[in-house]
Amino acid sequence: MTETEAGKLVAVEGLDGSGKSTQVYLLKRWLELDGYKVFFTEWNSSAIVRKATRKGKKRQLLTSTTFSLIHSTDFADRYERQILPLLNAGYIVLADRYVFTAFARDAVRGCDRDWIRKLYSFAIKPDVTFYFDVPLKTALSRILDGRTRVKYHEAGMDMGYSKDPYESFRIFQGKIYNEYRRMVREYDFIRIDAEEPPDVQQAKVREILEMKIDLPRYRWHGSIYPQHTP
Amino acid sequence: MLRPKRFYGKGLPGVALDQLRGQLIVVEGADGSGRSTQIDMLRNWLERRGSPTVNVGLKRSMLVSRELEQAMQGNILGTRTLSLFYATDFADQLENRIIPALRSGFIVLADRYIYTLMSRAIVRGVERAWIRDVYSIALVPDAVFYLAVSPKILVERNLRKHAVLDYWESGMDMHRSSSMYSSFIEYQRLIQKEFRAMQEHYGFETINGNRSPRAIQNELRAKIEVILNGKSGLVEEESDDSNREERIARAITTFADGSEGDQPPLRR
Repeated sequence: MTETEAGKLVAVEGLDGSGKSTQVYLLKRWLELDGYKVFFTEWNSSAIVRKATRKGKKRQLLTSTTFSLIHSTDFADRYERQILPLLNAGYIVLADRYVFTAFARDAVRGCDRDWIRKLYSFAIKPDVTFYFDVPLKTALSRILDGRTRVKYHEAGMDMGYSKDPYESFRIFQGKIYNEYRRMVREYDFIRIDAEEPPDVQQAKVREILEMKIDLPRYRWHGSIYPQHTP
Repeated sequence: MLRPKRFYGKGLPGVALDQLRGQLIVVEGADGSGRSTQIDMLRNWLERRGSPTVNVGLKRSMLVSRELEQAMQGNILGTRTLSLFYATDFADQLENRIIPALRSGFIVLADRYIYTLMSRAIVRGVERAWIRDVYSIALVPDAVFYLAVSPKILVERNLRKHAVLDYWESGMDMHRSSSMYSSFIEYQRLIQKEFRAMQEHYGFETINGNRSPRAIQNELRAKIEVILNGKSGLVEEESDDSNREERIARAITTFADGSEGDQPPLRR
């Protein structure tokens, strides 16, 4: 992975149910309300590619390899058309899940770890990666409590661990958890204890970000029409 | 003995290579190189011999072909995204068509393979090493024939057939020239240069595609015959298999007679 451009890239990673989406949402609100140039991007959200992904999942056409490739296509689309240009333009880009999600999930699905890393080798390394660390049990109960069913791929049903979706989900998430743990040191994740109250976590996240990034540089300033005279 | 199958890299998870009994034969070349015509003729020849065949090509996967086509119409995807989209299409066909067919002992005729996809990406600025890694999942074909046709002849054939040059085959997205004619010639030269560079790495056979369809077909049949008879390597060996010579002769005559009554309509 290469180094970043003018902007700053902040990624959040963690298990489903780790609370990372809530935390990155609060981070985004803080930055935009305080007048920073900020952009938020989410895993698996490119409009063009998503249609194909949805079809593949619905009809269960995907194998571990095509699952991996279609997600990398989605990522590349967001990367080429948004993440990179916005970084070039000096934005703080917040990514809810980044390449590490693919590294974890695709490895569990049986793809070669080295191949997956090469597939995503064009992606720059985030300036900060927050890893929301939560015991597997807590993550599972947050997801499963109050939910009537888990989705097929979310539960890793395609892996054939178990016919019971909940049991399958448990096994699958456990394996992803192990993959994340392997990556913490390899990719300098900043560990956030995701069992703490949300506001305590958010205060920590903001404090770390202020330490890692010279925030005032990313404020909106001036006009977008600098030559304009009234 | 037929050569054992292998992947270019680590390959696909969960595929037992020793169970792949069929043969994978790839025909590469630009639009207008005669690829589809040659494949149709090969198919007739093979099926007449009693060998079942399966045709595969680019942008034909159940998974993403339609979405890929739509995205290309709008020309809105970046080069890397498009490369990965194509790789998804390829992988889907590899896993769901090519490998199952080979397992059943079919001859798979591939109308283009990873080499076209790689050369298109490389001339548009994608790193060679990266695209090679992406396609390290691919199965090494039993034979790859590259129909090399001079760009000028390609232009003529395309115009005669469609009266228009294809936007992508002319590399118009690269904005190298506002003239479609010049752009086509220049783009095809770049692609051919890339194919020549790849030839060393991937060791495929270049066929002079400037000749008549019949001459090309005869050469292809003779070469495929050797492979199907279980002799690896594409050089004609001295052989005491008179049957084989006879079969080749018969195949050639059959074609020369033009007795290809059951030939399916040519694909675009």
